[in-house]
Amino acid sequence: MKQEFKIIADLIESNTRVLDVGCGDGTLMEFLKNNKKLDIRGIEISKNNVQQCIGKGLTVIEGNAETDLSQFPDGSFDFVILSQTLQAFLNPEKVISELLRVGKKAIVTIPNFGYWKVRLHLLIKGTMPITRTLPDEWYNTPNLHMCTIQDFFIFCKKREINLYNSIALQNLKSSKITSTNLTLKNLTAVLGIFLIEK
Amino acid sequence: MNINVKIKSLIIDKPLKLDCGQTINNFPLAYETYGVLNKKRDNAILVFHALTGDQFVSGINPITKKDGWWSYAVGSDKAIDTNKYFIICANVIGGCLGSFGPSNINPKTNKVYGTTFPIITINDMVNAQYNLLKFFKIEKLFAVIGGSMGGMQALQFVSNFPNKTKIAIPIATTSNHSAQNIAFNELGRQSIMADPNWVNGDYSNQNKNPNKGLSVARMAAHITYLSKNGLQDKFGRKLQESDDLKFSFDADFQIESYLRHQGSVFVDRFDANSYLYITRAMDYFDLIKQHDGNLSKAFIDTKTKFLIISFTSDWLYPSSENKEIVIALNAIGADVGFVEIESDKGHDSFLLNTSSFLDTLKDYINTSYQNNK
Repeated sequence: MKQEFKIIADLIESNTRVLDVGCGDGTLMEFLKNNKKLDIRGIEISKNNVQQCIGKGLTVIEGNAETDLSQFPDGSFDFVILSQTLQAFLNPEKVISELLRVGKKAIVTIPNFGYWKVRLHLLIKGTMPITRTLPDEWYNTPNLHMCTIQDFFIFCKKREINLYNSIALQNLKSSKITSTNLTLKNLTAVLGIFLIEK
Repeated sequence: MNINVKIKSLIIDKPLKLDCGQTINNFPLAYETYGVLNKKRDNAILVFHALTGDQFVSGINPITKKDGWWSYAVGSDKAIDTNKYFIICANVIGGCLGSFGPSNINPKTNKVYGTTFPIITINDMVNAQYNLLKFFKIEKLFAVIGGSMGGMQALQFVSNFPNKTKIAIPIATTSNHSAQNIAFNELGRQSIMADPNWVNGDYSNQNKNPNKGLSVARMAAHITYLSKNGLQDKFGRKLQESDDLKFSFDADFQIESYLRHQGSVFVDRFDANSYLYITRAMDYFDLIKQHDGNLSKAFIDTKTKFLIISFTSDWLYPSSENKEIVIALNAIGADVGFVEIESDKGHDSFLLNTSSFLDTLKDYINTSYQNNK
């Protein structure tokens, strides 16, 4: 999802230290590196992905974000990115608090379970929704904790997390999410992108 | 040991103060090089060898007539490409392939040093090899790379000389020798010392050779370089010759015969006292203690880019110990990558044809060199 990368790149200031949590094969890291002057690191759980990243010359450590973020000191990064992986953690709440400890700011993107096609799928077919951003069956999906954009808003409010910037992505169109249009964006957005700070 | 082969050697005239307190001068450091140093002198890689390695990393080892110890990794178009880089490897001091070691003759007594040779540390080994930079007029190395004890030297090198290498790749190593590893080394040393031909280390002067002791030391150590699954897959309970047990103490099982062979070929190329000295150096290695209990302090001044590599089945230098180095580097925001390679070949994985390891190493070295230009 190139559009998501562009939005993330816009949210990040140049000459900052960035950590990409769950960096996969390093596509986002490379995109950011090519577009901005950044000191960027990654952490990734899959050996194969880590080997690919290292082969590309990216600074990536093999590790599990749920346990291995603890090695980074408080505020050691300006931005910590978590792109479409929050829902795959056993304890997303703990991961968010770790992101906000390690990073001064965090960028979290989530596939929106409130998207109308997802809702319609469940309503009409009565089976777990399968879409482009949620391609797996219920029995083999890595996603354990699906949430909607609205859920994430409520979560941030409860945990006193400052939502700096919230962006809804619908195919190639992006728009700002505000408290007044939240209900609508929760229906139309495929992906939510949030810049948060404790 | 055939020492008539021409061995390149540098005589280091700068006095070197050893950790034990003694100072050594005008001592030989044997080395070998591969590839060509470019005009900018920015393509040099210093490879550090492990306990029983030597300077003959690649090609045919002129002493053993076998492939160099890291031929899978170093050579034309290999992970460490001799067409692109200038690779230097030196025999560590304390060793027995031309560098200053216990098998050298003490000019004061005209006798082989034996155990009168000073105790050597990893720090001493690295400080001795640092002279190679000046010798080759290299301002800054492109890389330092080493596995096992070679990895310890790579870590010590960056700690001692924080801005003398662009990248460092310590492989299957540790920042301090564990009790288990000290125990295995002590087992090897005691085996050598229990051989009546060791004669308190004076065997060379008495025309004796503690081959039995050294060979048992090697057999024990060799087991620690493999993994249980690796051994089971390769040997299982397979018998060596007959179809049935011989009801004797001959080598019935293939694994016994294999270990005996490993022991017997080792004594032809290695000096028993060197084995004592080098294992001692490994046991004494403690980069954490050197820095007041804080490993991060060892690297606080460095801009060197690190890649730490471990192997899943390595129980001698397990991933957890390699990760401790990664954690210490992350704590100070150093540039560090880490990968644990899947392999059932144990600690020896880094010496073998482990493709995912060699591919990752190759790509990392080449992209790091390109990005650096």
